[in-house]
Amino acid sequence: MAIPHTEMSGAVVTEAAPTAPGGGQISAKPRSLLRRGWEVFAESKLALAGSGFVIFIVLFCWVGPHIYVTQQVSTPIENAYCTPGGAHLLGCDNLGYDTLGRLMVAGQNSLTVGLLAAAVACTFGAIYGAASGFIGGLVDSLMMRIVDAVLSIPYTLVIIVLVVIVHPSTLTMIGFIALIYWPQPARLVRGETLSLRTREYVQAVKVAGGGRSRAMFRHIMPNAIGVIIVQATFAVADSILILSLLGFLGFGLPPPTTDWGSMLSQGLNFINLGYWWLIYPAGLLIIMTCVSFNFIGDALRDAVESRLHRR
Amino acid sequence: MTGYLIRRFLQTIVVTILVTVGTFSLLHAIPGGEIRAILGVRATPAMIASTAKQWGFDQPLYVQYSKWLWQLLHGNFGYDISVHAPVTTLMVPAAVRTIVLAVTGTLLGLVVGIPLGIYQAVHRYTAVDNVATGISFIGYGAPTFFVGLLLINWFSVEVHLFPLYNNANPLLSQPTALVLPVITYGFVAFALWSRFMRSSVMDNIIQDYVRTARSKGASERRVIWGHVFRNSLIPVVTLLGLSLPAILSGAVAIEVVFNYPGMGLLFVQSALSTDIQMMLAITVLTTLLTIVGNLLADVAYAVLDPRVRYT
Repeated sequence: MAIPHTEMSGAVVTEAAPTAPGGGQISAKPRSLLRRGWEVFAESKLALAGSGFVIFIVLFCWVGPHIYVTQQVSTPIENAYCTPGGAHLLGCDNLGYDTLGRLMVAGQNSLTVGLLAAAVACTFGAIYGAASGFIGGLVDSLMMRIVDAVLSIPYTLVIIVLVVIVHPSTLTMIGFIALIYWPQPARLVRGETLSLRTREYVQAVKVAGGGRSRAMFRHIMPNAIGVIIVQATFAVADSILILSLLGFLGFGLPPPTTDWGSMLSQGLNFINLGYWWLIYPAGLLIIMTCVSFNFIGDALRDAVESRLHRR
Repeated sequence: MTGYLIRRFLQTIVVTILVTVGTFSLLHAIPGGEIRAILGVRATPAMIASTAKQWGFDQPLYVQYSKWLWQLLHGNFGYDISVHAPVTTLMVPAAVRTIVLAVTGTLLGLVVGIPLGIYQAVHRYTAVDNVATGISFIGYGAPTFFVGLLLINWFSVEVHLFPLYNNANPLLSQPTALVLPVITYGFVAFALWSRFMRSSVMDNIIQDYVRTARSKGASERRVIWGHVFRNSLIPVVTLLGLSLPAILSGAVAIEVVFNYPGMGLLFVQSALSTDIQMMLAITVLTTLLTIVGNLLADVAYAVLDPRVRYT
């Protein structure tokens, strides 16, 4: 998260410095702004805990399977419903898959879909929103009506239709979630663009003979990046939840692919049989991951807002 | 104001046309479409062709669309071939049930969330605030179906406190069965409203008019309830309008979990049997509800907040 932020802020400095008076002072400023943003972010213990958990869960899903090696393709059926302990730390599910190992594999899919869907939706939405706000006039008006149209259809209905049309896979699922999510960042970034495009440094691009796309990609987008990143953080949590809802409704990733939501909804079939290890670990992982991303997003928003206030 | 309302109304029409065109083409992209769903997988090409001719599915899509739209303008949502009845015979009672659930659930969320949000903002960073924040973040991060099934397991299966909803009996004959779905609904809604109210009050509490009220000697109770509360409530109206699609989306998971025969459950069942007319009708109806709700929220906003000047 921090890496693109730094790069983009750097781009602002090099571009803005020649046009602004007293460039030396300004070139020192963004770093301190960034640091101030970081201080606001770090003030929130919840956000730090959330970041820690996200790092842990990424390691758990991608490094975990190399340490805790389990068979996740074929499986001995006699292991079915084995209780936690011994060789299977969190027991086995109804097909004999090791639950802990399956949580890692499922987490890879949940997180991949969550992160990539958020990235695609926010990138597209940001470009769309910036273009709409920057062009203005009738085009802006029409582009925003399309956003309104997508936003006014309940998203679960759309995504169910999409999944019925195209058989779901990890890749199509990313596309589908992005397809229903992009209007939110688009609307936000458009609002941001409308306020940014009147700033002197954006006007200066025009005076200096720079084109529209230069103003948009080199000046407006880097300055709207805070808003975009905040939205993207929430989008990760939302995407993971949408994926798990689809898994529950029976429109999720087809087996043997699985995600936390599908695992949870399968486990919930056994809720009255006392197989707690099929339910609570998957449920807790979804909740904690989503809560962590929400904590991070909240603190990032505070950090970005403090940056904006001092600008 | 009148000009704004006229423009807003025209925008609404554009959005409605975009939505109907979008959903109509999307649903007719389902492979095989309606005819396959009716005739089954063994239908011969000749059978398909004759049924298509009979129902007019062989016509170009824009002809089908204009016919369908013409019927819609007359209040005819379509004819469901698979159940041989107008779509409305199933959809209208389902819509009523969904509205009952959504309205009571949202009201519960508002009644709990708004006072709690105010309390949290006034007593921010205290133990109560932190606990409430934690709970509302769980409301954000927990999959709705998980919450619903846990509640069923705890309060219907283990402790026989609330009976499960029985499809066969009329809705109002079993009010206790509605408690758990409404609580599930309210839990998700409360998370949204308490967070929103908390930040709204915190934004208002630093405004100049609050300082003025305090310096004039108004009691803290009067400052909060007479000034801050009323001003913080204004954006709630807008958010209520904007969150309508989310409210209706949320109904899908809850209705499936509790086997509550509303529009969400009907939609999922239609999707599983590729009942295109029903899916189309439900999508259009929910979208129209959303669009009208948004329009009302915007108008209410303009009426409530004299600072808003639409030109």
